[in-house]
Amino acid sequence: MPYNLNINGTSYSVDVDGDTPLLWAIRDVIGLTGTKFGCGIAMCGACTVHLDGQAARSCVISVEDAASMAITTIEAIGETDAGARVQQAWLRNEVVQCGYCQSGQVMAAAALLNANSSPTDEDIDAVMAGNICRCGTYPRIRAAIKHAATMVLTEGSK
Amino acid sequence: MSRPSTAAFNQLSRRAFLISATFAGGGLLIGPRFISPAAAAETFVPNPFIRIPPAGPIELIVPSAEMGQGVYMGIATLIAEELEVTLEQIRIVAAPADPSRYAHPMLGDQVTGGSVTIRGFWEPMRHAGAAARMTLIAAAAREWGVPTPACRAEGGEVLHPESGRRLPYGALAEKAAREPLPERVNLKPAAEFKLIGKSLPRIDSPDKVNGKAVYGLDARPPGVKFAAIAICPTFGGTLKAMDDSATLRIKGVRQIVRLSDAVAVVADHTGAARKGLAALRLTWDPGGNGGLTTAELERRADAAMAGEALVAHDSGNVTETEAVKSDGIDAVYRLPILAHTAMEPMNCTVHVRPDACEVWVGTQVAGRARQAAAQVIGLPVEKVVVHNHLLGGGFGRRLDHDGIVMATRVAQRVDGPVQVVWSREEDIRHDSFRYLNLSRLTVRFGPDGMPVSWRHRVVGPAVMARFLPVLFKDGIDLDITGGAESPYDIPNKRVEYVRHEGPDGMLTGNWRGVGPTRNAPAIEGGIDEAAHRAGRDPVEYRRQLLGGNVRLRTVLDLAADRSGWGTPLGPERGRGVAVLADFGSFAALVAQVHVAQNGSLRVERIVCAVDCGQVINPDILRQQVESGVIYGLSAALYGRVTIVNGAVVEGNFDDSPVLRIHECPPIEVHLVPSTEAPGGVGELGTPVVAPALMNAVFAATGKRLRELPINTHLLRRP
Repeated sequence: MPYNLNINGTSYSVDVDGDTPLLWAIRDVIGLTGTKFGCGIAMCGACTVHLDGQAARSCVISVEDAASMAITTIEAIGETDAGARVQQAWLRNEVVQCGYCQSGQVMAAAALLNANSSPTDEDIDAVMAGNICRCGTYPRIRAAIKHAATMVLTEGSK
Repeated sequence: MSRPSTAAFNQLSRRAFLISATFAGGGLLIGPRFISPAAAAETFVPNPFIRIPPAGPIELIVPSAEMGQGVYMGIATLIAEELEVTLEQIRIVAAPADPSRYAHPMLGDQVTGGSVTIRGFWEPMRHAGAAARMTLIAAAAREWGVPTPACRAEGGEVLHPESGRRLPYGALAEKAAREPLPERVNLKPAAEFKLIGKSLPRIDSPDKVNGKAVYGLDARPPGVKFAAIAICPTFGGTLKAMDDSATLRIKGVRQIVRLSDAVAVVADHTGAARKGLAALRLTWDPGGNGGLTTAELERRADAAMAGEALVAHDSGNVTETEAVKSDGIDAVYRLPILAHTAMEPMNCTVHVRPDACEVWVGTQVAGRARQAAAQVIGLPVEKVVVHNHLLGGGFGRRLDHDGIVMATRVAQRVDGPVQVVWSREEDIRHDSFRYLNLSRLTVRFGPDGMPVSWRHRVVGPAVMARFLPVLFKDGIDLDITGGAESPYDIPNKRVEYVRHEGPDGMLTGNWRGVGPTRNAPAIEGGIDEAAHRAGRDPVEYRRQLLGGNVRLRTVLDLAADRSGWGTPLGPERGRGVAVLADFGSFAALVAQVHVAQNGSLRVERIVCAVDCGQVINPDILRQQVESGVIYGLSAALYGRVTIVNGAVVEGNFDDSPVLRIHECPPIEVHLVPSTEAPGGVGELGTPVVAPALMNAVFAATGKRLRELPINTHLLRRP
């Protein structure tokens, strides 16, 4: 029986086993390749998507479980306020190197800002420690999240 | 003195320039005019690196692989500087696999590694841009009937200021294609640089924050199937038996490909392939390595250290000095087996047709990838097309093409394109490992406490013997021994090399920082031990021994100054320093640590001073130093691959930890302005951080570490 996945506001029918990790439905069946595979056991964060606005590791969420939720991927996060600010802050702070983990980093950071508009270093550590970057962009990720949070205040004061 | 004191890669440049077919020195751009079969007559293709079509963006064909180090940006900056275009006017194209056109001038092959990309292409890429610009100007001058010197180029246009006429490059493309190329090219003086030396935003970043960037794993040729693979866990073992009945019943599974040493499950999507692979019942024949353990491999390395050595460097007379001086240091530094764990697990997509083959992959060795696929299938190399992609990290892992060979073997048995995706576990367990390394230091002191004799015996594999044979000379691996004599002024020095390979069936290769990462802990740890024995400050002691090495002394002073070297720290804290002159660059790094009574170690601050000559993009330089430092920190704190029963124990980020954001210290990078030729920076931070960290631990605890990764149990105080 096919499952219906609501991804970035579009409904997709995927004919896969219900226990298939959402990641592979997104990448291989639907063809949205921005969400990355890094570990398969929710240890690296490269596959982070939003489920009903919450950051989740799509490599361990089943298609069956995700079928009832609104799924947002990196391809559409720029349409949200937090996502757009994070992307812009990422560019302004020149965070990116190889970039492979950055989809997950951006998704995690956007979820963090949605939940906490001015995160402290400890708040950033608590959330972003789940996302590995082997190029070592951590100092710039920290700076960019703070920058993105400041953009919130600036825009909010308008 | 048999070897210069810089890295082995440095020694390549002169010779490799001779073997490079594309370029010659002396301000001349020589070489056959490149005719692209795909280029229409109205497209101007002055050389393999530039295509100017009548309309649309100017295409710059980058010969090197982009793995995060900013090479697309770096090469584009060099070409654009002389071509007189802005970075908004260009589009980057990854070069096809063709070493005859895209070989790196220092490496003599289409290889991206050794931190040499900018060093080697610094002049050729500017030549390429200048030759194209001059030809476009000549075409415009002919069109207008004015003298060439009356015209100039700017922002992708040729201008004739006197008449106010101007033509965009696209409009000149067809005419320029008929102009002769200039024989002599004059490059801009540094004072006229518009792009070089500025922190312009990376052109590859926007697509990397919105999910559009395409890596090897994102290749989606029409009809592609997805394969999960299991390789025999034991090095060199084979597949003995397989029960695939459960796998064949799984939805989406299409085919099972059985190879001698591996099995792949091909499916409609990777999820089904992985599920199918997990459902296979496999019996492996471990072969001869079934009993291997890390302890046994370490025992073999120790035995090798006691054996015969070749002399890689000999200055003064170490043996005589040792005979009359007994006061000194005898120390062995031990480094573990390491995996690379790039974020993008190994993968490769291959479509084998009866008379042709296409490969989609992110590789540091596009030319070798092409050759390897052709060899597996038995096709002429011209029948293989390699589409190189962005790399989700390289770190030396993608300098080997074993994954391309494996994927081609699978694809040979599959109808249509197939993407072979390694799990993280396969990626770690079948890495091209940085193999064990031992350094034995024998240092003798004069009455003033300064070293008079330095003997450094290096025990490790000769990766260059297979990887870059020009760097394997008279039985000596010039990479692993390069720089082992240290940068210090010591009257008697000797470097000995014992070649010691890993077990058969275990692939060992290059790891970020190559030879210097092997030697720096022993050199910089050893000199720190010497300073301590002499009762001297480690910075002062190094400075005295750096004599005429002004560039290295300058970065040492800068790092010491910016780190507050010598100012008091709180309890349980310490600073450590290390220096490195390699890759054509100079670095000094001060690490500050806190070591609690229970041994837990926190890196609190890193200050790194760098002189890498002319800087192309200061912000990318800082990125690369930060990156190298963090990669080195991960290894120093956690990096280790354990072998039991001939197989790797670790498999994923749960048992192979790497540095995460909450453990990452602030990193300051200070640049020394320079007009010297550019040095490499991609690997610079990696070798220098581990010894600085070990020396900082000594300063904090009095415990001298000579082994990596750092064992914090040793740092517990009663």
